[in-house]
Order: sequence, then C-alpha cells, then structure tokens
Amino acid sequence: MSTPTLELRGVRKVYPGGVEALRGIDLRIDRGELTAIVGPSGSGKTTLLHVMSTLDRPSAGTVMVDGEDASALSEERLAGLRSRRIGFVFQQFFLIDGISAVENVATGLLYHGIPSGERIARATEALDHVGLGHRLDHVPAKLSGGERQRVAIARAIVGRPAIVFADEPTGNLDSRVGTEVMGLLRTLNREGTTMCVITHDRDLADSLPRRVQVRDGQIVGDRRS
Amino acid sequence: MTPTPTSRLLPRDLLRLGALGLRTRRMRAALSVLGIAIGIAALVAVVGISESSRSDLLNQLDSLGTNLLSVAPGQSFAGGEATLPDTARPMIGRITPVREVSEVANLDTTVRRTDYVDENETGGIQVTAVEPGLLETVSGTVAAGTFITPANGAFESVVLGSVAAERLGITDVGTRVYIGNRWFTVVGILEELPLAGDLDRSALVGFPAATRHFGFGERPDTSKIYLRTDPGQVNQVRDVLAATANPDDPSSVDVSRPSDVLEARAAADDALTALFLGLGLVALLVGGIGVANVMVIAVLERRQEIGLRRALGATTRHVGGQFLTESLIMAGLGGLLGVVLGIGVSVAYAAVSGSGILIPAYAPLGGLVAAIGIGAVAGLYPALRAARLSPTDALRGA
Repeated sequence: MSTPTLELRGVRKVYPGGVEALRGIDLRIDRGELTAIVGPSGSGKTTLLHVMSTLDRPSAGTVMVDGEDASALSEERLAGLRSRRIGFVFQQFFLIDGISAVENVATGLLYHGIPSGERIARATEALDHVGLGHRLDHVPAKLSGGERQRVAIARAIVGRPAIVFADEPTGNLDSRVGTEVMGLLRTLNREGTTMCVITHDRDLADSLPRRVQVRDGQIVGDRRS
Repeated sequence: MTPTPTSRLLPRDLLRLGALGLRTRRMRAALSVLGIAIGIAALVAVVGISESSRSDLLNQLDSLGTNLLSVAPGQSFAGGEATLPDTARPMIGRITPVREVSEVANLDTTVRRTDYVDENETGGIQVTAVEPGLLETVSGTVAAGTFITPANGAFESVVLGSVAAERLGITDVGTRVYIGNRWFTVVGILEELPLAGDLDRSALVGFPAATRHFGFGERPDTSKIYLRTDPGQVNQVRDVLAATANPDDPSSVDVSRPSDVLEARAAADDALTALFLGLGLVALLVGGIGVANVMVIAVLERRQEIGLRRALGATTRHVGGQFLTESLIMAGLGGLLGVVLGIGVSVAYAAVSGSGILIPAYAPLGGLVAAIGIGAVAGLYPALRAARLSPTDALRGA
C-alpha cells in the first residue's frame, strides 16, 4: 500500500490548565481523498486542524505528513514542511491588503526561495485555474467575497501541496457563493488535490465523499459514501 | 523519501516585505521617517555649521600666520610698570629666525574730530607711533588710502584703525582730525586687524612726527614690539624673547602669540558644538522611540498576517526579519532625508553668514549609521514579539 498523505496515531492534546482537547485520535487520509472533519463547536475539530496541519504540536502521538514524522522535526524543518506539503484555506480568507490578487497568490511560494518572476508566472497560472485570470491586478478590497476565497484557494494550491486544509471555507460566504466555492474545491480534488474540509455544517459535510465526525476530542464516526 | 527542503526567503524578497508594510501604511511611516530625519538633520547641520565656521577661523589663521609674536613691558619686580630698554628692538632683530620686527609707541595725547571737542572725550582711541613696516608684520590691509610711509610719516599724517575711524565717524581719506594741539590729515583707514586688536582702536602716526610733536624731540618709549619668525621656530624664539628684550629683568617682559586667541576661539566653539550635538542626539532618540512605537502597533495589528505567513511556511526568523527590515527601512529613509536636510541647512547657513562650507564626510556617514543603528534597536523588540507569536494564537487573531 502507498504512503498515506496524512496519518495520525494516538494523538492527544492537553492545553496548559489541563483541558484535554484531543483524546487519542487515529486518522489516515490517502492521496486524492476529499474528507470532511465535522463536529459542533467545542468538539476539538479546530485543535485537530492545528495539529494535523503542523501549526501546533500534539502532547502525545505522532503526525505523519506525506511519510514524514512532523513531531520529530525542528521548528525550522516544520516551517519547510508547511511551505511545501501543506496548503491552507481560511474562513476569513486572510489576504494581504495592499498587494494585488496575483501577488497574494505568489505569497504561497514566497518561502520556497524562488525568484519573484517565476512566482508570479505560477501564480498567474493558478489564478487562471480558479477562474480569476481576469482579476490578476485587483487588490483584495476590490474583490467580492467569493473572489477573495478563490484567490485564497489559488494561494493554497500554487505550491502543489500534498494536502490542502480548508477551515470553514464557506463560513463567510452566502449560500450561493459558498456552493460555487465548494464546487471549485471538488473540481480541484478531482484533478488530484487531496482535500480536508473542517466544518460544523452537517449538510456541507454530507455532500463530501468522506465524513469524519469529531465529538469531545474523539472520532465518533468515519463514513465513506 | 527525501526530507522536505527547509523554508527559504530570498534577501530581495525580505527587502520587498519590509517595504510592503510601509506602502500600506504610508502616513504613519512618513511621520516616523520624519522623526528620524529631524534628529539626523540636526546632527548633520550642527556638525556642518560648526565645522564650516571653524574652518573659516582656521583659514583666517592660516592666512594671518601663527608666527607673529609680540613683546610688551609687563609688571616690574617691584610692582610698578616696567619699560622696555631702547636696546630691545635691535637685539630682537638679531635673533636669527626673526624675519621682521616692528615697534609701536603709545603717545600721551588724544585724537579728536575738531578742536572744539573736549580734550577728555577720547572715545577710547589711543594715539600710537608706528613704523612703516608694521602693516605687513601684523598681516593688515588698508581699507582706503595708504599706510604710514617713510615720507608721510614725517608730517602730520594719520592712519586710523577700523574701530577708531568708526568712532570718529570718518569714512574718507583727506579728512582732518585734531591730535594734541594740531591738525593731522587722515591718509589711510585700516581693515580690522585680527592679530592686533588694540591697533584697531588706534590713530597711527609716524615716529618722526611723533618725536617732533609729542616727544619733545626724543623718540617715544616702546610700548610693544611685533615680530615675525620662521614658522618652524616660533617656540624657540619665544623662549629667548624676554631675556633678549630686557636682559636685566626678563620677568618684567610680557611675550604673547596673538594667534593663540583665535585658536582659543576655535576651541570654545567645540564646547558649544558638543552641546548642540547632545540636543541632536536627544531628537534622534525621540525619533527612534517613534519608530519603535509604530512597529509595536504594526505587530499588534498584523497578527493575522503573521499567522498566515507562518502557515505559508515562514520561520520565526523570517517573520522577525520582516519587521526588523521594515524598521530599518524607515530609519534608513529617515537617515537619508535627514542627511539631505542637514546639508541643506548647513549650506543655507553658510550662504547667509557668508562663510565657506565644510561638511566633513563623517557627518553624513555617521548620520546614516546612527539612523540605521537606531532602526535596528527600535525594531528589535517588536520583531522578537512578532517572531515569538505562536501561529495558532496569531491566526485566532485574539
């Protein structure tokens, strides 16, 4: 069997003060999957996202990204892992004001150490791919919510990461635009990008091929349709 | 499989990132830059102005020469006023490195505009007998007319020092003034004599006329002897002057070097310059605190950007470096602007005061280095705060 894209084994997270947010998570995501992590607020899904995406370290257990043990890496190497292997899409988009859409997308390659000309060329390609080829030079303030999220998605995929984490990607969008954005994520998944969508929205989760249910820091369901 | 490569940020991109924060908050950046610029401008201008005026003074000193010495009678051992023996002038002339000697004698008489003026209204003007060579010896020049010559010195001719002419209200040669009890014709008016200030306040007549009219037929007593030496042997000559002038009582002879006064003035300017430099440093410090303040605010406001960059693979060092670079760019721009302003102020001052311009290279270079140093110090703490922010806290935006 091939290397899993993401593998968590016995992952626990205890915050200072004794709150146990994750109590033994085992999860495996294979290449090309489109997975929903679903749970109500307070279920530990945000903590799970942080630990899966190496933004935070687990208190116990291992996190393997593309075959590499993240818990064994130094902060420096972990940053390298995030820049190459992991893409992020956030609910609030987190675009940088004052620079254009294509420059925002190019920021996804900034920490690869490649020259700006090449970054812009690849960012242009990525923006084209998400259907925003006509908005390259617009600053975020001039874009609609849906367009901003598309820019953020282009930024997440421009470095061809092993996995993209989308944290409530439609949370700040109206339902019609949200559906469009989910459509884009599905398309990208069909084209080969491994996706993991974190959401509290059961309907949204039900529309995805795999649903991992989290409650009280534990996985309580893992269904494929 | 091969391990994932580490994150890398090109130096060019680091610069670009530093400039980005300024581009998006222009007003704030401009004000911070201005704060640094004012401090640097003050430093550069203080150095520029003081060095320019000092170099003027030293140039003047150069052209006047520092090899002028003067010999005058001081206090005798008994406490009374000493006199110089008649042999003083010829003896001094015989010291080998002495090139020129010229003596003056203060006369016990007054100069007045007319004979209707009260004899006691001297206006502080001394009447002095001089030799024709004196002007060259003290590096003086005439503003109008001529100096005392062997020819006019025998007759009722007078040359006025610059202050004396002003006090008597005389601007043209040919005017007559009343000296003692007879009329003298003004044949010349002198420029200011930086090395012989007492002659500025004198009315100068020739020795022959002085002997005839005010000395009862005898050459008046020497009041002061001016001499020029070889520039390299000033100190040696100075050491033997008193004993040469008055071998019987060397301690009653005052020897001085008039250029010392000008040098002392140049040194006194240094003290004032140090004070102004201190004030400039305070201004720069305040500017630096302004930059630090703006950077701390920037880190607070841009938590989410910091979190995003960490998610995109920035290391703590990349994040810290970005904010430090931003602070350095602000301070560097402030330094450049300050240097330009400071040079501008120095040039304007020179134009207004009519002095030359001399801005030593260390002023603009030091200014830039100081600005960048301030930027580094001001940016360090905010940069460390930004770097230490955990990515999950930053993204939460709490």
